[in-house]
Amino acid sequence: MSKTMKKRTKTVIGVILTAIMLFPVYWMINVSFTTDANLRKTPPNLIPVDGTLDGYRAVLSQQLPYLGNSLMIGLLTVALTLLIAAPAGYALAKLRPRGGGVLSFALLIAQMIPGIIMAMGFYAILLSTRYINTIPGLVVADSTIAVPFAVLIFTAFMSGIPEEMLQAALTDGAGRLRTFWSIVLPVSRNAVVTVSLFTFLWSWSDFVFASTLDSGGGRQPITLGIYHYIGNNNQQWNAIMATAVVASIPATILLVIAQKYVAAGVTAGAVKD
Amino acid sequence: MTTSRQSAYRLAQTPAGTASAVPAAGRDRSRDKTAAARRRRTGPRGTQWAAWGFLAPLTIYLLTFYAYPLYRNLDLSLRNYTVYSFVHGGAPFTGFANYTAVIHDPTFVPALEHTLVFTLVSLAFQFAIGLALAVFFTQHFPLSPILRALFLVPWLLPLIVSASTWAWMLDSGSGVVNYGLHFIGIGPVDWLTSPSWALPSVVIANIWIGVPFNLVLLYSGLQAIPKDLYEAAALDGATAWQRFRRVTWPLLRPVSAITLLLGLVYTLKVFDIIWIMTKGGPVDSSTTFATWSYRLGFGNLLPAFGPGAAVGNLLVIMALIAGFIYIRVQRRQSA
Repeated sequence: MSKTMKKRTKTVIGVILTAIMLFPVYWMINVSFTTDANLRKTPPNLIPVDGTLDGYRAVLSQQLPYLGNSLMIGLLTVALTLLIAAPAGYALAKLRPRGGGVLSFALLIAQMIPGIIMAMGFYAILLSTRYINTIPGLVVADSTIAVPFAVLIFTAFMSGIPEEMLQAALTDGAGRLRTFWSIVLPVSRNAVVTVSLFTFLWSWSDFVFASTLDSGGGRQPITLGIYHYIGNNNQQWNAIMATAVVASIPATILLVIAQKYVAAGVTAGAVKD
Repeated sequence: MTTSRQSAYRLAQTPAGTASAVPAAGRDRSRDKTAAARRRRTGPRGTQWAAWGFLAPLTIYLLTFYAYPLYRNLDLSLRNYTVYSFVHGGAPFTGFANYTAVIHDPTFVPALEHTLVFTLVSLAFQFAIGLALAVFFTQHFPLSPILRALFLVPWLLPLIVSASTWAWMLDSGSGVVNYGLHFIGIGPVDWLTSPSWALPSVVIANIWIGVPFNLVLLYSGLQAIPKDLYEAAALDGATAWQRFRRVTWPLLRPVSAITLLLGLVYTLKVFDIIWIMTKGGPVDSSTTFATWSYRLGFGNLLPAFGPGAAVGNLLVIMALIAGFIYIRVQRRQSA
């Protein structure tokens, strides 16, 4: 067999493997276009022949507020995470604080605590401070998924900034704060993007905190929108799957426009629950 | 040997330029050692103040939003809370009564078994499939970067999306999986509704979600193995299997260990998938510590916060044991 033939065979095998792996995703899209009548048909339609947009109409009429809430919760979580993690990363990477090792160790441990445990503690706290079922309460809880990971990324990235660059700024009379704001942060743009993308994605996907801390709230995220859907009308799987497709849009955008950041994030010891 | 191990462990620099954090920590430590000889480990006093100024938000955050919830959780598990005392305070201290009650609960043994089976079986398959795919993708062929990127999709989807998709695919009456099985002559399986198949069902879904994570970590580990080792082995007439057995496997061991341990820590705490697909049922047949803790605390009309927190803390202990092994392995490898 020639070399190009061999390569072509491998591509074919690769395509088949990818197709098997992505079949559930395809099936979700397929079902989202299927009519009610065809949902329970045997054999099922493998492609959405005489498909319907009913599922998506249901999303538009019922799920838009949930999507808006998730967007807002996601953006606020990103802001909070960056605010806490970026300065900390700078200090740990460049300022050699006494006791920094203890803090790094605490972050490592923090990543290992199951979300459900945090949820129970947060429930008790938010209940007594009356932040239960509010967006600020959920944002703070969601940020705990991302902060340890974010500090890790920032520290790793900022250790790579040349010392001379920071020394030059200090010599020119810039304070630490100025150096951080005008030099370290702009240079660390890639780290900021990676952290923001992952934080947004995790907060958007969060179900544990949403279902424990915001299930009685007036402004619930999309994960609860889907969950209520499954509970209430478990016959209308086309609408459920249409909502699922819409809820997957941020992940898809992430993969298309920011694949290199994604791979970087996963390799950095992905801390997803 | 030590140096080649280290270089294999040092995962490939990613295209984003973000050095992966796990090996970077190791690299830093080795640099610290040489740097310590040259200058003091910590900066001058002025820098110390600045450093802790930058760290203040994180420190306050960790104390308020990690340590305090954990403390509240511990407190919950050591007192006899009712709904009234949960809101108004004054629950009596009962020591380890909640823990004793939980351990003697008929759910305890099945939940422990399911947690172990779920975690170990998921890990074994995720790792094996991830490794096979990683080896496959290192042989560069047309389209391989795009296909590798597509493999990330299951990992990026919200868990509720994956879990509900799998729930519908595994539906006994109209699920596409049973249709496929019917096609090859196997009768319908009651995936989510029969006690013997509920746990395998959630394991299958969880393997699907975890493969990308293993693939990416192992792939970057494979990238770091020097190509000339394979060329030398090929010159010596080693077969593909021998090359894997004698070159890839030993050199990949450090990355494998980290991948498995991280996987262990993250799989132990899986909750969403199981809860959304089966709610731990039918009759506890897919209940793990995570779902049991949730059900005790939030799943009933009358919440049992004390026992729920106790189960949760047992889970924390399991995760921390795995975590400490992880830290030790990582330290030893980067030393």
